[in-house]
Amino acid sequence: MASTETGTDGAEAAAAAPLDKTPAPAAEAGVRGGDLSGLEAGLDALETVTVERSPLGRLLVQKVLPPVVAIVLVLVAWQVAYTLKLTPSYKLPSPRSVASALGDLWDQGILFSVIWTSVERGLLGFVVAVLIGTPLGLLVARVKVVRAAIGPILTGLQSLPSVAWVPAAVIWLGITSSAMYAVILLGAVPSIANGLVAGIDQVPPLYLRAGRTMGARGVRSAWFVLLPAALPGYTAGLKQGWAFSWRSLMAAELIASSPDLGLGLGQFLENARTNSDMSQVLLAILMILAVGIAIDLIVFSPLERWVLRSRGLTARSQ
Amino acid sequence: MADTLTSAAAPGTETAAYAARIDHVSKAFGRPGAQQLVLDDIALDVRPGEFVCLLGASGCGKSTLLNLVAGLDEPSAGTIATPGGRPALMFQEHALFPWLTAGRNIELALRLRGVPREERRTEAERLLELVRLGGAHRKRVHELSGGMRQRVALARALAQDSQLLLMDEPFAALDAITRDVLHDELTRIWSETSLSVLFVTHNVREAVRLAQRVVLLSSRPGRINREWAIDIPQPRRIEDAAVADLSVEITEELRGEIRRHGQH
Repeated sequence: MASTETGTDGAEAAAAAPLDKTPAPAAEAGVRGGDLSGLEAGLDALETVTVERSPLGRLLVQKVLPPVVAIVLVLVAWQVAYTLKLTPSYKLPSPRSVASALGDLWDQGILFSVIWTSVERGLLGFVVAVLIGTPLGLLVARVKVVRAAIGPILTGLQSLPSVAWVPAAVIWLGITSSAMYAVILLGAVPSIANGLVAGIDQVPPLYLRAGRTMGARGVRSAWFVLLPAALPGYTAGLKQGWAFSWRSLMAAELIASSPDLGLGLGQFLENARTNSDMSQVLLAILMILAVGIAIDLIVFSPLERWVLRSRGLTARSQ
Repeated sequence: MADTLTSAAAPGTETAAYAARIDHVSKAFGRPGAQQLVLDDIALDVRPGEFVCLLGASGCGKSTLLNLVAGLDEPSAGTIATPGGRPALMFQEHALFPWLTAGRNIELALRLRGVPREERRTEAERLLELVRLGGAHRKRVHELSGGMRQRVALARALAQDSQLLLMDEPFAALDAITRDVLHDELTRIWSETSLSVLFVTHNVREAVRLAQRVVLLSSRPGRINREWAIDIPQPRRIEDAAVADLSVEITEELRGEIRRHGQH
């Protein structure tokens, strides 16, 4: 299309020489304008990437079927091991007896209260950890002195198993809910803060420069540019922070269990151990696992996927 | 279209004889004692409505100069004045924010400029129309092609309603056909508005295709070497014989300048 016009009259064009912005004669401008928009539309159409979402059926087959098959296989192996009596049944009860332990909890009407006691603590502790970890991460990322002072400690704390804090928390705060929350915070805050620091460190300086030329400085730069740009790292930190909250809480509930604190999953597990009831022990472990997976599936995975997909950062959207 | 962009000019712009005045500016980097001079005594005025291309090989400090004019860095000596307010800057990479849609990127620029919420949407649509991307408001940045991204970036720069647009090799990463189309678009938008443009490039033909004035910078340190006023009427084509002839002349000069660096 463009070639028809190519080099029409270069020499003639050179002859005329106004210095102002006056566009070329109307007729020519009209032809070129139409030509240009058509050319542009063609280029746009050729180069645009269309993102297709998989249909629901294929999604089910790809995403749901494999884990279901894996779980069924584990159950079958478990049942086979039980039937062959590889270990005494007080060490390895049958899947059926674990299921009936679950049924007992249901019949007593305490199944959901046991789970909710722990989940409520875990979520509340996590929310507080986010409220503390976010400003802390922002400070460490943006203030050099703060980073030099506590950056390495924060990273080090991440590798310290939070169960190590339980004895200290119990001595400081007694066997109370406060001790549980203290352990959750010590476990989760470093992850969340570090996630934000990593996210901020990976923000391309170009975005900040672009923001500055548009007049975003200081707080406005942080709010409109820095934080949204750091969101992928931050959500990864949140996800890990939740995992650490949940782990820390279970450790705390196991060690610092007391009837006053209400029956959570950790206490339920500890009680089962005291009673040498392996079915309940396995049930407790499976419930702790299930809650961890469920919260991740319901909250964090969709959040992370949304953040990455909206930026075209997932492999599938390319 | 044109008058909305002109009407909001800062008071005093009419009296100023220039859109940007670079007054004997030098810039050095490095520690005191071991400083490297990057720009040496640059004096250049961009007149209101003028299109100036800064041309030079690598190491001539052309991007540094643009950063100084944009206010992203301070000159070591000399002063820079932009009476029309903070200039808009377009980069080689589109620098659009990937967490926002194309339209929201433009609306953010409007918001940072202080445009009230009710007007932002309409204004963003208008600017997208201006770069012929009407209907792309809800598109994500990664869904757009390279050329479309640079057009959104241009719309975002125009959203700042600045009298001066700085462009730092904005089309260097595009393929030849797309670049050609964007040259036409930029020329069209520039001629429809009262915008002054300071455009940095190392591509001689691009400079001759676009500019009213081409300024050649020498390298290490960057000094103004020579300048050409170009009176070939717009719209030009990059294949025009007149464009080619002048490009040959300027390229010879640029080559001579580069050769000098190999001699010592």
